[in-house]
Order: sequence, then C-alpha cells, then structure tokens
Amino acid sequence: MYKYFPHTDADLQQMMAAVGIKSLDELYAEVPDAVRFRGEYNLPEAMSEMEVRQLFNQLGSQNRQLTCFAGFGVYDHYTPSVIPQLLARSEFLTSYTPYQAEISQGTLHYIFEYQSMMTMLTGMEVSNASMYDGTTAAAEAMMMAVAAGKKANKFLISKTVNPKTRKVLDTYALHQGIETATIDATDGATSLEHLKALLAEGSVAGVLVQQPNVYGIVEDLTGFADACHDSKALFVIDSNAASLAVLKTPAEWGADIAVGDAQSLGIPMLFGGPYVGYMCCTQKLIRKMPGRIVGMTKDSRGQRAFVLTLQAREQHIRRQKATSNICSNQSLMALFVTIYMSLMGKQGLKEAARLSYAGAHYLCDELLKTGHFKLTYDKPFFNEFHVKYDGDTDTLYQRLIEEGFLGGVRYDDGLLFAVTEKRTKEEIDNLVKTAAL
Amino acid sequence: MNNRLYGNLIFELSKEGRKGYSLPKNRFGGQYDIPKELCRKEDASLPECDELTVVRHYTNLSTDNFGVDTGFYPLGSCTMKYNPKLNEEMAALPQFQNLHPEQPAESTHGAQAVVALLERSLCALTGLAHFTFKPYAGAHGELTGLMTIDNYHRANGDMQRRKVIVPDSAHGTNPASAAVCGMEIIEVKSGTDGQIDLAHLKELVAQHGTEVAAMMMTNPNTLGLFETNIPEIARVIHNCGALMYYDGANLNPMLGACRPGDMGFDVMHINLHKTFSTPHGGGGPGAGPVGVREGLQQHLPFVSPYHGNFGVMMRAYAYILSLGREHIADVGRLATLNANYIKEQLKDVYELPVNGLCCHEFVFDGLKDKSSGVTTMDVAKRLLDYGYHAPTIYFPLLFHESMMIEPTENESKDTIDAFIAVMRQIAEEAATIPEKVKSAPHDTPIGRVDDVLAAKHPIVTYQQMEAEKQQ
Repeated sequence: MYKYFPHTDADLQQMMAAVGIKSLDELYAEVPDAVRFRGEYNLPEAMSEMEVRQLFNQLGSQNRQLTCFAGFGVYDHYTPSVIPQLLARSEFLTSYTPYQAEISQGTLHYIFEYQSMMTMLTGMEVSNASMYDGTTAAAEAMMMAVAAGKKANKFLISKTVNPKTRKVLDTYALHQGIETATIDATDGATSLEHLKALLAEGSVAGVLVQQPNVYGIVEDLTGFADACHDSKALFVIDSNAASLAVLKTPAEWGADIAVGDAQSLGIPMLFGGPYVGYMCCTQKLIRKMPGRIVGMTKDSRGQRAFVLTLQAREQHIRRQKATSNICSNQSLMALFVTIYMSLMGKQGLKEAARLSYAGAHYLCDELLKTGHFKLTYDKPFFNEFHVKYDGDTDTLYQRLIEEGFLGGVRYDDGLLFAVTEKRTKEEIDNLVKTAAL
Repeated sequence: MNNRLYGNLIFELSKEGRKGYSLPKNRFGGQYDIPKELCRKEDASLPECDELTVVRHYTNLSTDNFGVDTGFYPLGSCTMKYNPKLNEEMAALPQFQNLHPEQPAESTHGAQAVVALLERSLCALTGLAHFTFKPYAGAHGELTGLMTIDNYHRANGDMQRRKVIVPDSAHGTNPASAAVCGMEIIEVKSGTDGQIDLAHLKELVAQHGTEVAAMMMTNPNTLGLFETNIPEIARVIHNCGALMYYDGANLNPMLGACRPGDMGFDVMHINLHKTFSTPHGGGGPGAGPVGVREGLQQHLPFVSPYHGNFGVMMRAYAYILSLGREHIADVGRLATLNANYIKEQLKDVYELPVNGLCCHEFVFDGLKDKSSGVTTMDVAKRLLDYGYHAPTIYFPLLFHESMMIEPTENESKDTIDAFIAVMRQIAEEAATIPEKVKSAPHDTPIGRVDDVLAAKHPIVTYQQMEAEKQQ
C-alpha cells in the first residue's frame, strides 16, 4: 500500500469479513454498471517525494523573479519570518472550522483577536471572522446593503473602484437581480455631485467607493456619508488594510460597512492567493453580516471562553434564508495577519506605511524629473500612483521586464506604480535609470 | 501544555514601547511625510509585543486546538484526511511565492503550467471537460456552478428557469448558494431508503418543468448512500431542459469507482481541501474549482480576479502526483471500507436508520437506548475527553439525533478499533453513569461553553470586552 494508506493485507481481510464482503469491489455493488468507472485514470505515474520536488523546482525555474513595482490591489510587502513558522503549527493548519469549542480555543481565540484588530484598523465596531478576498468582500457588502435596504435594489459603484472588483460585483449583481450604476469621477476622484444626483433618483441601497482608489489617490470623502444616509443608503468603503495604519479610517469617513483585502498585511503574492478579505460594520448591522463571528462567553467552569456566535445568520442553520452562502473562509490567513499585526504592532504598521509612502513619492518625483512622465492626476496619493509616459508604454513596460523589473501595471493608457517598504532606494534608482533610457 | 500568562489575549500581553519588528531606515529624506490632513486622528490601538512573546502566545494557543495531526477526526462530510507535509513544502517555494498575479504571462510559465496540469488531472478524475479555479471555497464553487447554469439558460433565452431542485438531505450551502444566485429552491423528499424519492422528483418536474434550472445533489448523498437511481434522475432532469449539478463535497469515495461526468452531471465543484488533501486551516483557505461539460465553458462567470487560492492548487497537484494513477483509485475503496467497518461494529448500540452498504460516511440517529436521556451532543462532547474529535452532529436534518461519521482512507484499523471501543464505552456510560456523559467534556482545556450567553449579548472584540469591564 502507498505510504498514506495504513492497511495491511491482514487488516483488509479482517475488515472485509466484518463488513461481510469478499472483495473491495463489492463495496460498490450498488453502483449501476452503466456509471461505474473501470478504466485507468489518465494521470501521470506516481512520483516519489524527490521526483515531486524536482518537478516543482523545475516549474518554479520557469517563473521569472522580478523586482515588484506593481500593485493594483496586490502588494509586495515584507513577511516576518515568525509567521510561516507559526502557521505551520499543525494544530492550526490541520483543524476544521471551530465547531467544537472545547478543543478549538486556539482558533477561536485568534479569530477574536483578528476581529478586534480589524475593528482597531478600520475604526468600525464589529468584524466578522474573514472573507475570501477583497473583491468578494465587496460583493458581500453589496448583498448585505440590498438585504438591509428592504425594497431599495440599486447599488452605486464609483468609477475609481478597481475594475476587477467591479467585475466581481457585476457578476453577483446580475444573478441577484441587483441594479448597479457607476458614479462618475472628476480628476481621478469620485464625484460627490454625481453621487447626489444618482441618490436623488431613489431606491439606492448602498454606495461603494475605494480608498485609496484604483489610481492610488486618497480621495476627499467629506460629505459622502451624509449624502448616503440622507437617502437611507449604506455607505461602503473598500480599503487596502495596510493603508489604514495611517490614513483616515472608514469610520472617520462615516462608513456603515468597511471591506477590503488584507493581503497587504504581509501575505505573499503567490500568483493571486490565498489572501484574506475583511468585513467590518456598525454594531447596528451585526445581524445582517455574512460569515462566521466569534464571541466571548463562559464555560461550565466559569472560565472565559470563545465560541462561534450569532449562527442563526448562517447557511448551516438558515439554509436558503441565510445572509450569505459563505461557509469556509480564510481562517489560516486571518491568523497570518493577526500574527503580523501582533509583531508589527501600533508602531511597526505605521512605520511600514510611512516607508511605503516615502518610497512611492520618491519614485514619482524621480520619474517626473526624467521629463518623460506626467502624473495623471495631481491629487494626494498613498503608495501607488498613475503616470503617463511620453513614448510607447508597452515598449517601456517590456524594457523594464527585460531588466528585471515588474514596472507597475498597465492601466488607463498609463502605468500604475506601487512601492512598499521592501523597495530600496537603489532599486528605485535603477528602475528610474532604465525608464529614462 | 498551556501556560496561563501566554494564553491571555495578545492585547493583555502588550506593553507600551515593546517592538516585535525591524524595518530598514528611511533613506528617502525627511521631505516625504504623510500630510496630517490625510491621517487618522488616533493610532490603531494594536498591541505592542516583543517577538518571543508573540511566538509563545500563538504557540500556546495552538496547543488548545485539535487537528488531524493530533488525532482521529471523524467529522462527517468534511473529509478530514491527512495533509501531506511535502505539499506544504511545495506551496512555500519562493519561485512561486513572489509572483505578482499581474505579471505578464511570459514570466509565469511555471505557475501557469501548474494550473494547466491540475486542470487536466481533475478532468481525468471527473470526466468533465474544463475547470475554472476562480472559486475560493466549496460554497463559492457551488455559487459559481449555479451562475454558469444560469448564464447557460439566459443565453438560450430561458429566462424563466429560476428554480433549483435540492434534496432535503442536502448540505446547507446548497440552498444558500442557490439563493445567492437569485434562484428559488424546491425540495425533493428522501424516501425511507434514504435516497431521493424518484416519484416525488417526477412530480416536481411535471409541475415546474420549464422553470427548473438545475438539480443540485451530491452522490453519495449526505447519508453516505449511493443514489442508485442516478441515471434515471439525470434523464428526467435533462429531459425537462435543466442541468445536473454535482456537489463535490462527497467526491472522496468515488475516486476509483465513479466519475461525475459519467453519472450525467454537467457542472460540479471539487473541495480541494477535502478530496485532494489540502489542509482545512481552521476554516479555510480551501478551494472550490468548478468543472463543466464541453460547451459550457463560455458560461463560466468572473467570481474572482485570478486563479483563486493558487497556493491550495499547488498542494492538490503535489498530492495527485504523489499518488499517481497507480494509487489514487485506492482512496475511495479504503475510505469506504473504513466507514462500513465502523458502522457494522457500532450498529448494535447506536441507531442506524438506514441499513446496508454505505460509502465514505454514514449517519446514526443517536444511541439505540435513549432512555437515559443522553443525546448526540453529549456523546460528541464525551468523545473529546477520550482524545477524539466529534463527528458532525445534528446534520443531516432528516433525523433528530444525527451523528455523521466519516473516517478517511488514512486511518488505520488500530485507530478505528480504538475509536469503536470508546464509542461502545460511551454507550455503556450512558446507561450506567449518564450524568458523567451529560456534563462532558471534563478533560479538555475548557468545559462546555454557554452559547446562549454569547448570542444574547454579543461581545466580539477586545474593546467591547474592556468597555464591559468598566461598567
């Protein structure tokens, strides 16, 4: 037998006898012949551990390692060495959703810490235990707003929201029968006037803006929350989690729901995932929130304990009447960012954000100095910015790749550059040198 | 064992001025400071801890947890199989970890090869033609599959097909996913044999035929029984113009025995974190790739930006390569043998509502002798005392005292025999010392928790906990 299967021949004989069968094939006696699979799977031959390693290493060598100046929602932040080591603790790694609280306090405990930290970052009152990623968290917020809005069925999305988030929202909206509309942008920021005009048309359940937006711009959201609330619409802000260490919080802008991706809290980019989405909201909305929530309680011995709570919202209890279909989320990645925030703490998170800000502004200044680039919108930005190039953007992008740089993301006839605390001054200077050729 | 100090909340271990990080100096000059008007008024009150405190805290927390690596985890429908260590090593390779998903295709050949090779393997194993890896989890896969079906009907101008037939024994996510897809649920009854009541299904189809979008089911069903009428069910559904959706949560026993594509399913999802051995991680990240029959691939929706949880896919592919075509067929039969063996050894003391062969899992309806008042919940909690995870309890909803047991192919006869002995002992205790069972667990880090208190007055953050203390 293969090393993952412990059955000896004697075991098999005894077990088959107990079950009353003579061959393992008889276990499938009830499967109609017409649907029984008797062939051999068209799969590779079994590989030894060494051969699997060799194959993956060989595949890995076919990926180019580039110095990353790209963002667009996914950022190349630094991962403290403690995190992968603690995540590999198999009591965390190999456990299921913490339904049995008495032997799952480890998981329940860190989810409680995660919820606390996410509310500290966003300034909101409550948080759930995690969502899949930022884009689906935004989609869940849309559904939550529509469910909370009784008859209102329209959801407004700013034009400065990342298009990949928009695409996911449009997918969910189509099947849910939610009407979406776009709020125009002026000079790279959401137009408050247009928002007000759309709200005036009525039946708006919610409004989504992204902060910093797709161009990296920190928008002035003054008056947005009031406008939404005057029309009984919920105000949703989508933020990259790391930016909240320094920037004005969703709560300060008056948001009812704060969502986003927390990949920026040190999670490796890994070609798109796993990451972790977050969702926080006001206390008033807690029973409308999707996903798991961990709460504090007491055990039979009077000790403090943690437990999954408010489960009456969830699919395994409410079935089709649940607030969402979400079941498994990204628990281990929630642990990842919880440890990240514990290590970085109050000061480190701010320091990393300041370094990212400084590096991005230095890169921007240096690019502008070459005379070949123009900042597309003259607005405050955090660690990402959009420039137009005076030559052929595709050629420039290719040249940067050849020199070992992922020179941003091509978007809206220009390039979006992002900088994190990982980028050194030397790397930035080299990128600029290559870009100026 | 757990240390009281480090077992506190991380906030309670925090001291102003402690640091658990080191970052490079700012070499960009002092002119790049964030303008005040953009900044939050107060810092986030995150903890301040040194590195060792953080390490001890989370290491201690982990010891309060039970994982597959700790012991037997017979959690029905969850397929808690062994998560091979090699797979973790492969997913951690730096040549993949540092790939930005927006990198141009010519610089990510290796990663794309993993996607393509895994897709080919899953097609071979399921008999379907294409897979998308966008869905992040099983429920996300269900939603993606239903959206695909909805898109297909819309493309055919069948806008009125908004109903999904779901068995009453289905996983809770099935009706919930259908609702998120904007569909209406029609429940088809189970017969006394635990299988879908074919006559009832035909009635429903006759009544709703042109409005039915899909039949959503898993096979084997949540009682662990193979739906023997599957060819007829598929025929009835296809004849009314609807599609067959396969919930891949129970795919494990079918490896080596049956392929969803051959059973007549058009669309399915796979829980890579069940059948393909990737770790559950305390509730994710999983992956729920969706497979479709040829001709449906253009209807797959955009439910996430990239290839979903790519790291999970790498683990699954390492698993498939390790087993290869020689060993993968053993998975289903060994898991099925283990389940039947447990069922046969316990059915004289636990109530088995449906007799006969099961697949990877089976359901007891509580103790056979219920006179002591010991419930399924009590049995589950008592199991924790003996070092076992509990089965899935109170699901499926068909019985009052459901106890759903699923041993995977990785469990040895020795492990299973020990578990059987403990289950028998608990049945014995229920008769002789029922109070001991009703007040279990006794030997776990905490006792039975007060769910009602938690829900009545939810305290879900440290800040709320502190505010409460002030009052």
